[in-house]
Amino acid sequence: MKQVILWLVRIIFAVLLAFPFYWMLITTFKRTTDLYNLKNNPFIFNERPTLEHLRLLFTETLFLRWVGNTAFAGLVVVIITLVLAVPAAYALARLTGGWGAQLGIGIFLTYLIPPTLLFIPLSKVVALLDLQDSLWSIIVVYPSFTIPFSTWLLMGFFKEIPRDLDDAAMVDGLTRWGAFVKLMIPMSTSGILTVVIFAFTLVTQEFVYALTFISTAAHQTVGVGVPTFLVRGDVFYWGSLMAACLITSLPIGFLYNIFLDRFIEGFTVGAVK
Amino acid sequence: MFMPAILYIVALVGVPFVLAFFYAVGDVKVGSVGYHFVGLHNFISVLKNPTFRLALRNSFIFTISSQVLVLIGANILALALKDAFPGRRFLRFLILLPWVAPVSIGSIGWKWILDSLYSVISWVMVRAHLVKEYEAPMWLGEPKLAMMSVILVHTWHMLPFATVILLAGLTAIPKDIPEAAAVDGAGYFRTLFQITIPMMLPIINVAVLFGTIFTFTDMTVIYILTRGGPYDTTQVIPTLAFFAGILGSDLAEGAAISIFMVPLLVIATYLVLRSAHRAEVT
Repeated sequence: MKQVILWLVRIIFAVLLAFPFYWMLITTFKRTTDLYNLKNNPFIFNERPTLEHLRLLFTETLFLRWVGNTAFAGLVVVIITLVLAVPAAYALARLTGGWGAQLGIGIFLTYLIPPTLLFIPLSKVVALLDLQDSLWSIIVVYPSFTIPFSTWLLMGFFKEIPRDLDDAAMVDGLTRWGAFVKLMIPMSTSGILTVVIFAFTLVTQEFVYALTFISTAAHQTVGVGVPTFLVRGDVFYWGSLMAACLITSLPIGFLYNIFLDRFIEGFTVGAVK
Repeated sequence: MFMPAILYIVALVGVPFVLAFFYAVGDVKVGSVGYHFVGLHNFISVLKNPTFRLALRNSFIFTISSQVLVLIGANILALALKDAFPGRRFLRFLILLPWVAPVSIGSIGWKWILDSLYSVISWVMVRAHLVKEYEAPMWLGEPKLAMMSVILVHTWHMLPFATVILLAGLTAIPKDIPEAAAVDGAGYFRTLFQITIPMMLPIINVAVLFGTIFTFTDMTVIYILTRGGPYDTTQVIPTLAFFAGILGSDLAEGAAISIFMVPLLVIATYLVLRSAHRAEVT
């Protein structure tokens, strides 16, 4: 009896939560005449499936351009994040006397200052840097939220590596920097990989800054381009729109899903023992 | 070695944060030169604006309703996902999709599901004879329904996040405690309400605090579904700040509006710190 209820709960939630993605899938392959006929049962294919919406999406819209922009921005942001967050996390993890932890929490808290509070002054900063309407505006701004979270996560990884190890390495003649590069980085590859995935997915998820700083369709990312520029006037090309949604959500969702537990650990540190 | 990271954050979070206050007490517009201190003028004019008062009220309705729904849903779902069962990984992926997929993209999916003419929900309601054809509800076009829709879509987006946090808490409860209770004759619900939930309180706290921050300051779902409409009935503080400060080019007014999020952020941050500190001490 208990099992039946548990399965019922699982299935109801899974259906409710995943339904929009099923809807994207079925809309992607439906003929326009089928989509817009109110007499038809919308849950099934009343006419033969079509690839027309996909063709339109890939050949007549900027979709591929947005995917490229997002990938490029993601890559650069990941590099900036690693260069700044990895040494910072190591240094904070090794700081003696509560200072490291205090600073670490301080850095993490900046992650809680929302884009909707910072976007107005940042739009002025972006203008001062002469980056308005350029992909580089978000490349410069995004590390401001990927670095805090990544530093916080990596601190956890570095703390798990015993301090004696770096001491031993330094006794053997390595400098602090040498111990960091030759010993600590190789030992924390899984942490670094986590940060790579995270910084990248956070970039693909961001909406507010990209919407604020970039106005030309060709310079947009997928997250803003699809919902704002794939609509012409009041005309929604629902087939292609849903195709774009599906193609974007699944890989990003899949990547994020793999590392989600680490992400959650970042929030629950201290509350779970 | 941590200085470069801190400098980056100070430059792109600290400085803009201070600038937001600076703008809110000045008269900056896009393209304007010079700055004049105007004191609390912007705050007073914002407070006099009926749209702002509506947005402030909506922000609370939006945040509290969706957080209550998330909390109830996430608790039930976390309990259902706790123990191993066949297909758990796949089910988990399906359940996590609303959180892990970009929210702007998920919201567009909902915009199609809630379409005024081709909504699948309306179609089902018509077939079930709940409403007459051609009288189907305008999900995003009527004030009450629009508010309900954005709350539900946001709940949909946040539910997986809270569920995973609660799951982390559930799995951390030592197994022998509920088992001992069962030996002593406590039933499922007695164990649930007198042992599991009290032990989960710190982690529920964490889920609610972060959920509240992410909801109160979010504008994506509402921007995509309703743009704050119809007639500003789903306007919230972040969307209003965007429309005034970015689209309306009145940086000072936009900054003044967004500053109204700060008190809640400060309280939430204080509570986060306190719960983290308490967990460290015990």
